[in-house]
Amino acid sequence: MAPPAASQRYPSPSQPSGKSEVSDLKTQLRQLAGSRAPGVDDSKRDLYKKVISYMTIGIDVSSVFGEMVMCSATSDIVLKKMCYLYVGNYAKGNPDLSLLTINFLQRDCKDEDPMIRGLALRSLCSLRVPNLVEYLVGPLGSGLKDNNSYVRTIAVTGVLKLYHISPSTCIDADFPPTLKSLMLHDSDAQVVANCLSALQEIWSLEASHSEEACREKESLLSKPVIYYFLNRIKDFNEWAQCLILELAVKYVPSDSNDIFDIMNLLEDRLQHANGAVVLATVKVFLQLTLSMTDVHQQVYERIKSPLLTLVSSGSPEQSYAILSHLHLLVVRAPFIFAADYKHFYCQYNEPSYVKKLKLEMLTAVANESNTYEIVTELCEYAANVDIAIARESIRAVGKIALQQYDVNAIVDRLLQFLEMEKDYVTAETLVLVKDLLRKYPQWSHDCISVVGSISSKNIQEPKGKAALIWMLGEYAQDMSDAPYILENLIENWEEEHSAEVRLHLLTAAMKCFFKRAPETQKALGIALAAGVADFHQDVHDRALFYYRVLQYDVHVAERVVSPPKQAVSVFADTQSSEIKDRIFDEFNSLSVIYQKPSYMFTDKEHRGPFEFSDELGNISITPEASSDIVPAQQYEANDKDLLLGIDEKDDNKGLSSNNGSAYSAPSLENSSNITSQMQELAISGPATSATTPQSSFGFDDLLGLGLSTAPAPTPTPPLLKLNPRAALDPGAFQQKWRQLPLSLTQECSVNPQGIAALTVPQSLIRHMQSHSIHCIASGGQSPNFKFFFFAQKESEPSNYLAECIINTSSAKAQIKVKADEQSTSQAFTTVFETALSKFGMP
Amino acid sequence: MMISQFFVLSQRGDNIVFRDYRAEVPKGSTETFFRKVKFWKEDGNAEAPPIFNVDGVNYFHVKVVGLYFVATTRVNVSPSLVLELLQRIARVIKDYLGVLNEDSFRKNFVLVYELLDEVIDFGYVQTTSTEVLKSYIFNEPIVVSPARLQPIDPAAIFTQGAKRMPGTAVTKSVVANDPGGRRREEIFVDIIEKISVTFSSSGYILTSEIDGTIQMKSYLSGNPEIRLALNEDLNIGRGGRSVYDYRSSSGSGVILDDCNFHESVRLDTFDSDRTLSLVPPDGEFPVMNYRMTQEFKPPFHVNTLIEEAGRLKAEVIIKIRAEFPSDIIANTVTVQMPLPNYTSRASFELELGAAGQRTDFKESSKMLEWNLKKIVGGAEHTLRAKLTFSQEFHGNITKEAGPVSMTFTIPMYNVSKLQVKYLQIAKKSSSYNPYRWVRYVTQANSYVARI
Repeated sequence: MAPPAASQRYPSPSQPSGKSEVSDLKTQLRQLAGSRAPGVDDSKRDLYKKVISYMTIGIDVSSVFGEMVMCSATSDIVLKKMCYLYVGNYAKGNPDLSLLTINFLQRDCKDEDPMIRGLALRSLCSLRVPNLVEYLVGPLGSGLKDNNSYVRTIAVTGVLKLYHISPSTCIDADFPPTLKSLMLHDSDAQVVANCLSALQEIWSLEASHSEEACREKESLLSKPVIYYFLNRIKDFNEWAQCLILELAVKYVPSDSNDIFDIMNLLEDRLQHANGAVVLATVKVFLQLTLSMTDVHQQVYERIKSPLLTLVSSGSPEQSYAILSHLHLLVVRAPFIFAADYKHFYCQYNEPSYVKKLKLEMLTAVANESNTYEIVTELCEYAANVDIAIARESIRAVGKIALQQYDVNAIVDRLLQFLEMEKDYVTAETLVLVKDLLRKYPQWSHDCISVVGSISSKNIQEPKGKAALIWMLGEYAQDMSDAPYILENLIENWEEEHSAEVRLHLLTAAMKCFFKRAPETQKALGIALAAGVADFHQDVHDRALFYYRVLQYDVHVAERVVSPPKQAVSVFADTQSSEIKDRIFDEFNSLSVIYQKPSYMFTDKEHRGPFEFSDELGNISITPEASSDIVPAQQYEANDKDLLLGIDEKDDNKGLSSNNGSAYSAPSLENSSNITSQMQELAISGPATSATTPQSSFGFDDLLGLGLSTAPAPTPTPPLLKLNPRAALDPGAFQQKWRQLPLSLTQECSVNPQGIAALTVPQSLIRHMQSHSIHCIASGGQSPNFKFFFFAQKESEPSNYLAECIINTSSAKAQIKVKADEQSTSQAFTTVFETALSKFGMP
Repeated sequence: MMISQFFVLSQRGDNIVFRDYRAEVPKGSTETFFRKVKFWKEDGNAEAPPIFNVDGVNYFHVKVVGLYFVATTRVNVSPSLVLELLQRIARVIKDYLGVLNEDSFRKNFVLVYELLDEVIDFGYVQTTSTEVLKSYIFNEPIVVSPARLQPIDPAAIFTQGAKRMPGTAVTKSVVANDPGGRRREEIFVDIIEKISVTFSSSGYILTSEIDGTIQMKSYLSGNPEIRLALNEDLNIGRGGRSVYDYRSSSGSGVILDDCNFHESVRLDTFDSDRTLSLVPPDGEFPVMNYRMTQEFKPPFHVNTLIEEAGRLKAEVIIKIRAEFPSDIIANTVTVQMPLPNYTSRASFELELGAAGQRTDFKESSKMLEWNLKKIVGGAEHTLRAKLTFSQEFHGNITKEAGPVSMTFTIPMYNVSKLQVKYLQIAKKSSSYNPYRWVRYVTQANSYVARI
């Protein structure tokens, strides 16, 4: 268990291969094995230590397994511990030898010293050898009943280990109910805590095929259990407290008194020195008060100070984790830290990962009242010796400027950066000035005079160069030298390595030409010729396109290349608000650090306790849905994209509201795919803003799963009109499913044709979709299939959620409905049943 | 909530200890981790952040005394929990080994494994309390001499020159006995304040903050209860007002912005008489962390002047004045200042009769460095540096140099005026009178003067 086996394969040259040493050890151990001489334990200790040390540095000492076991007949606990460590490490690779150890471990499990009983039991359960599980059940059973809490603590975790080796053995031995009873009655807090973590893990995994486990898992969130834990939270150590707090987050309180009770119980946890306890408590407070706007605001006020204290009291690593959370909070509630901006000033000795987060904080907290101070401070960093931080600081100034506060003062500062004559400062600043001009064209006069005086020779970085060239083209009429600077740059076409810069040169030459044709004509000719001959596909294509459109009609060309522009009012946000909400739901997890929801970086089974997928998570998404349907949709979306007319392009509702859902298309494999596409879009956001609505329209479409594949006429439901293009991401679904009360349960029969068609469960999904009822997850095997559906009212964003379990042998369907609007749930159920009854009908 | 592996790597990437708790992370994670950290280049940062993800495995690390303490997991865990845990494991190991460094680790790895087995089981944290662990641990630590204490170690502060303190005591293991077999009954309470001050170029204080800790290390037998009384005029929090709106007019009390406490601390009487009561667990732990932005008198005043002296020359004059009483002595003072990157040479001139001072110009980083062994309260010291440039400077030379930063340690001095009024040990016997050490120290965290 201990050493990294990888280094066994690649022994570092500086370390001995150990062959001869190991055989030496073998001989020596053998000599000691039978010896009863005084002091033999000391010699054994020395030898064992050598073995363990070889193991740690990666030398394979599995060959002394037999000898180690022979020597283990001892009462010396230090020796025993080393032996257990060794055995645990090599048992898995040597199942035959492991059998040797079972004997002495089982004997030790009955030792009169509880310490030895515990240690032996722990080692026994850590062998991870599947064919030995039968030997575990007995010792575990008595371990759970042991009168010593140390042994019980170990036994509880042992049950979990057994479950991971052989779930059926663990379930058949009835261990989970035993753990539950221990959890509720044991006097030792650590035993209780271990029961909780073991049961959470076991029931989550069991829930996928056992209704009972589902219910048991739910029962952990019942009011009596939650209060049982919360009332005695101080009996637990800080780590177990975190566990309990994570459980409490998932609890759905019955009313506002319930909420206040919990908050009062946990209030003093905010003063804990352990940041993990504080953050877990903060999460409980934030989640509990989500629906109570006023209290939610008070919570922000309350948690501010403790969090700031944690930022400054811990190691830089801990500050980093806390700052990431502050950043999440400040984006949701910018006002909370507005007056505390000085806390986010960088200290000169902080690691760059902390500084970077602080710069992001400063950008986020900037408002009318503090912008001047913040920008002044940021300007100090621009001269910083740490170039990466200097760059970030300049970008931060730019971001603040784009937030519209006190632009006047900021433009001045930015222009001062240009006077610093440091390459990287100039390059970063030019990029910012460009963006600024796109938003505030009124500043062009001030900026252009300064930018015009910059020598393009001093700028090496492509981004900065491209920005300068863009400005030269855009403001050619205001910069007397513009055509000549461009000409100069074009003459050095061959030396320009960045395609981005060459693309910008082409466009700038065109723009300049429209404004000052006589001065630019020659340069444009050279540029187009060079461009057409360019080996880079995009540059080549753009040059050719310009050339042809110029040939066709110069005025048309001007309208295409240099139309009158409107100022950009808001630059595209890189993250949709839905993604942000999702991350907020996963507060106090890695999602906050990576700024991504968990499904983007971790696979399903490891999403941990943060996923609300109590029931949903158990159901895997059908393979058809992930590998077949969605890509087809994707192509179609793309095709459609190309055919979109202008009018449709303007319809950018996809951009603002729906692309977040595109992230969470209900397929794991594809979501990463889509994500990367979305990220590309997001990154190139400002530059290609004209194309963004188009593409996201495509994604939007993608969500109307199956709409275009199955364009069956939507029958008009009698009472309720559903939105055929409804969208809901799985996260939102899960949360709603958790929060909404059950409004209806219905049983109905499914016609035989329908049952026959269910051999391909996908067909039901398509069928329901044609009735504007969308599937979000499905699973199960014959005869039991389970589906989760959602639908939305045509006219308003009111959701219906439904769970549908179909038993093919009894031809019955069980439907559970939850609705935003209780009053219309009957109407929805009728629509649902009608749709279901038509399933399988020709 | 669980981790998969824990390991400690040396600065060169060697495994010092390695424990796999759940066997769900592929082999070679130590190499993957080390390569990633060593050659980190992402997002323009030179330094790897403490948390990153490689192929679905999340790596967490903290650096302690130059060693990497690493945990891996595939689960979406609480980042604070894991980082806190790593820090805590380091502390527990230090409690046992007395001194934490690569050498002591290697000599005691069996003991460390023993600890790790009890701290974490199947990836779930069991306990990190030195006190609780004591009953499960049987290996005796092999004590390593604390000859080279890392400066990060809080104990190191007290071994630097302050004669009144038994410097070795804080580096002894919680389980080791003194020579002669008897344990000395003693308890240490350290009030450590790290101060951050930024001065504007005109000498005006832009920001100032104190991050304080009351740290305790107990070697008392029988776990007696302890009462710790703080200033009676101590106030915490400032209502809804921003801390920066505050102007120090409302009396002379000590006002903390906020504080937090160790879980063993009971606050029953804290509101009424500012007394903390606790049964200190074994080992070193922070009783209370606090944060303060109330104005205070900075211990040093720094004055920097850069004058151009011809086209390729300039002169830098740095003056520091100690603004604390003359019975207090600051030690290991370092003053640093980045010089323009076209500086080719710097020659230094110290004041007459200067002793215990060293100057240096670090060619590669263009850094001026001035070390002073000690500075007595009230004293003033000046450094003159003549710079030679390899090219003509243009623009503003002050934009190319600075800021000046200082590090220092001032024992028996605290700027916040927070005090431990008394330390009461509740034990009935009249003959019981253990050693009590209450020590104050002020350290520079980020002490910067812009020019």
